Amino acid sequence: MSAPRTVFDKIWDQHVIRTLTDGRTLLHIDRQMIHDGSNRQAFDAMRQMNLKVRNLDLNIAVVDHIVSSLPGRTGESHPPGIERIHALRNNSHEFDMEFYDVNDPRQGIVHVISPETGFTLPGVTFVCGDSHTATNGALGALAWGIGTTEVMYVMATQSLLVRKPQQMRITFDGSMAKGVYAKDLILYLIGRHGVKCATGFAVEYAGQTIRDMPMEARMTVCNMSIEFGARMGLMGVDEATIDYVRGRKFAPKGAMWDRASAQWRELATDADAPFDKEIHIDCADVKPQVSWGNSPQEMMSVDDRIPDPASMRDPERRASAETALKYMDLQPGQPLIGTPIDYAFIGSCTNSRLSDLEVAAAIVKGRRVRPGVQALVVPGSMDVKAAGEAIGLDKVFTDAGFEWRNAGCSMCVTSNGDVVLPGKRSISTTNRNFEHRQGPKSRTHLASPATVAASAIAGAIADVRKLMN
Amino acid sequence: MERFSQVEGVAAPMMVANINTDALSPTAAGKSTSVDIGKLLFANSRYHLDGSEIEDFVLNRPPFREAKILVAGENFGCGSSRERAVWALQKFGFRCVIAPSFADIFRDNSYQNGLLPLELPPEACQALADTLTKSNDPIVRVDLEKQEVTGPNGLRFPFGISQERKMALLEGLDEISVLRRMEPDIDAFQARDRIERPWIYERG
Ligand code: SF4
Repeated sequence: MSAPRTVFDKIWDQHVIRTLTDGRTLLHIDRQMIHDGSNRQAFDAMRQMNLKVRNLDLNIAVVDHIVSSLPGRTGESHPPGIERIHALRNNSHEFDMEFYDVNDPRQGIVHVISPETGFTLPGVTFVCGDSHTATNGALGALAWGIGTTEVMYVMATQSLLVRKPQQMRITFDGSMAKGVYAKDLILYLIGRHGVKCATGFAVEYAGQTIRDMPMEARMTVCNMSIEFGARMGLMGVDEATIDYVRGRKFAPKGAMWDRASAQWRELATDADAPFDKEIHIDCADVKPQVSWGNSPQEMMSVDDRIPDPASMRDPERRASAETALKYMDLQPGQPLIGTPIDYAFIGSCTNSRLSDLEVAAAIVKGRRVRPGVQALVVPGSMDVKAAGEAIGLDKVFTDAGFEWRNAGCSMCVTSNGDVVLPGKRSISTTNRNFEHRQGPKSRTHLASPATVAASAIAGAIADVRKLMN
Repeated sequence: MERFSQVEGVAAPMMVANINTDALSPTAAGKSTSVDIGKLLFANSRYHLDGSEIEDFVLNRPPFREAKILVAGENFGCGSSRERAVWALQKFGFRCVIAPSFADIFRDNSYQNGLLPLELPPEACQALADTLTKSNDPIVRVDLEKQEVTGPNGLRFPFGISQERKMALLEGLDEISVLRRMEPDIDAFQARDRIERPWIYERG
């Protein structure tokens, strides 16, 4: 009998090329996504060293971070991005890499298109120069964000030198109340346990609530692993995973599918496999979450009152809260509901898949966005956009006063010109509420697509449960 | 990669927890290759919207304008994976960041570029920062070979580091050369793996 292993162990073991005497592991990397945000220097370094991309089929490049979301966009629509979009286009061409350009129907945010096309498969190791790469872990993959130098290593050698992280399991049990979504669960976890709880760990999300969750919701949970401190977050493979992958463009077909899916069905944590740390969350306790500060751990239930820094025992949390309330222009002890907003953003790799848009559309249908609020829907991929249009979501949103844009990172990182103006307040389905993240002096509240939709209608932070009957 | 053995210089105290890479290198700094990312380090805290300096920001004050070492709070470098955050610190002149803990991606990015992410216990970081704030001569010396930090008023702390990272820094060794020496292992792995998992190499 071999020792019980976690899903993480099983994937890890399969990718070990060799172990070094210093304890590091040379790990094979099955998949890499390249984007326009930060990978240019990687190509420059390759050129300088006269290196070739080792396995072209295992790498795909796409524009997402700096591409305009405006209707009728081209690579030139956002002037500050022109240079970098050109660079990625030319680099992909020069190195012969598959590239999804601005008007390619396959274009979209890296972490949205990789599962959607079947480029991500269960059991793969997957890297990308973006910290939210763990999104792909929802398929039972080992996926993590890396820096530009490591992007270059992977292009050149299709492998990386890594140290095995510790392992943590988060078990979500209990049913989710009305108005509570995957986003609320992960925000609640981070709010309760903090942004560095999982530093140095790979996290497995488990439990009945996860097993009952559709695949896209699982991606939302894995997506924010990095805000919890973890570089990798993943889930075991079950029938929902297999069903999701079946028939996707790059998924294996025919006899190959049968072989592959049989292997994938093994990718679940064995009973009694040990974890270094375990956390349990009872989902029945979770209400819709909204952030009040400038760290993803500065989180509250929408109907609570803004906490008083004076009541916080940890001096670092207190100092951070004091600075945040000033920056956010909020008062301790006040409710968050009713705080007027200027922007409502639905998008980003956290919440821009079709099911996210459907949830938001159901809330806004037949209602109007409060005048003075700029409300944006930016689908995660052109494929999501087309699928949304096929079922009339574009009309629901535009009738309500939302703008319906083209795919990209948009207001998550603002590199494409979609910004929140100084001093303005935004409620957003993104993953970071850092100072200045959505533009200099912008004020960001993180929430689920449903809460953002309800707030857009109210013109102020709102409790979505009041609109659901 | 630049070699690292010892650094001695002004150390700037910034005892804030969770300093993120968006703060270190704001989005605007990534717009063009022609901007000086060192000038944009902490841009949103360092400059007013009109571009003038915010006087009381620590890196705008002498002698910290010349700092080579940063002493910061826990979970330094959290957030985005942008390696530009490390490059921005280096462009400003930093060679070493001392903090109680670092975010995983930032730590790796630092080592890849020869910036030393040095971990000391929280009390040691606080003591160092307090002394630097009061001292007329806020000089810190980091000796990688001896694994020791010395500060004003006789402060002295040993620190730990993995031996492979230490050697790479001392020799200025890029990991790509290590990886390329392992090509035969990678070839052998892929040859085996192509049989076990052909769908990885031939997309459907
Ligand atoms: S949407 Fe935001 S978090 Fe996601 S890949 Fe784009 S910039 Fe990164």
